[in-house]
Amino acid sequence: MKIAIPVNEKNMQTDICESFGRAPYYLIYDTEKDEATFIDNSAATSTGGAGIKAAQVIVDSGAKILLTPRCGEKAANVLMAADIKLFKSIPATAQANIDAYLTNKLDPLDEIHAGFHGHGGN
Amino acid sequence: MKIAVLSGKGGTGKTLVSVNLAAVAKAASYLDCDVEEPNGHLFFKPTDVEETEVNVKIALVDQELCNGCRKCVEFCKFNALAYVKDRLIIFEDVCHSCGGCMLVCPQQALTEKNKPIGKIQSGRSDRVQVNSGILNTGEATGIPLINKLLEDNKENAADLTLIDCPPGSACIVMESIKDADYCILVAEPTLFGVHNFNMVYELVNLFDKPFGAVLNKCQADDNPAEAFCKKNNIKILARIPFDRELGTLNSNGKIASREWEKYRALFTDLLETVVEEVKA
Ligand code: SF4
Ligand code: SF4
Repeated sequence: MKIAIPVNEKNMQTDICESFGRAPYYLIYDTEKDEATFIDNSAATSTGGAGIKAAQVIVDSGAKILLTPRCGEKAANVLMAADIKLFKSIPATAQANIDAYLTNKLDPLDEIHAGFHGHGGN
Repeated sequence: MKIAVLSGKGGTGKTLVSVNLAAVAKAASYLDCDVEEPNGHLFFKPTDVEETEVNVKIALVDQELCNGCRKCVEFCKFNALAYVKDRLIIFEDVCHSCGGCMLVCPQQALTEKNKPIGKIQSGRSDRVQVNSGILNTGEATGIPLINKLLEDNKENAADLTLIDCPPGSACIVMESIKDADYCILVAEPTLFGVHNFNMVYELVNLFDKPFGAVLNKCQADDNPAEAFCKKNNIKILARIPFDRELGTLNSNGKIASREWEKYRALFTDLLETVVEEVKA
């Protein structure tokens, strides 16, 4: 099973990125192979709909679990359509979050944020 | 003649200026392009109001025809599309109606459908034709409403059109001023006001529009907005005093120039100054 986490750096000791949609990288951790891959988030700099595009990246990675501090409504729609389960990450390293998840210490993420409407080219 | 009234943020007196200028004219059209918070109609209280719904075309998918190639997902620069579990998901409020996905789809699975984004209310208030754009909450952009307001105004335009622009300097403001012959920038006499003023100042410069400033809420003390205008050689068209009674008239939805000779004179002068500026 694969676990996805938005991260700031490409290593296991990295912090979790506060923004799901705008994270520079996603860590995809494969529990069976004990293997970590980092994928670049092409949506990090997009002007709008970053969450949707980021969610698409996670869906395509084959992850079934996402550990994140927060998640926007639209991204959550995409993730849920792919049956990806969302858990609330803890303020610690990526490795610590994976360990916490695997020992059932993380809560499901139930707070979903409605998107900001900074539209019109702001 | 089309005069756009702008300010860097809401509440600086943009509506006060545009409403009163329209009210002192012999005949005028007032277009409320501040579609997220149109409030000019609260002052004009127009009668014989007619409503037109404004639609945009957004993407619609036929899942039967879609083969999952994802060309549309990759194309959409607004990220309105996602492809999950053999289904295309369209986020209707993110779609900007560019139509591109329909062109790139090899299966002709994408077509367009109408989606209402708001309406235009038009009515009369004395000698003023009042047309307001009203955007439904949560919509991505009010630009189609602005285009419709400007377009309709071409057909039955009075000699004078006042365009009450959205606050700020985003692309929706650029749309609002694109046909304007002149721009009035409304500024508040504070440092923060100058910061906001500078945003619209840069915008009108970018568009090469002739413009001048109206200083609102002027008091006896130093006025940073006035200093900014002097430093940048911006013409000051009028000064509106800080006046509690004006504030009261405003909050009661009254049009100052229709209530008070003093303000009728002030806005008539302002209008004449602007007309001369345009002709010059
Ligand atoms: S019409 Fe344009 S904005 Fe809308 S989904 Fe298609 S490509 Fe995206
Ligand atoms: S481009 Fe057409 S066929 Fe390809 S995924 Fe999009 S809708 Fe489906």
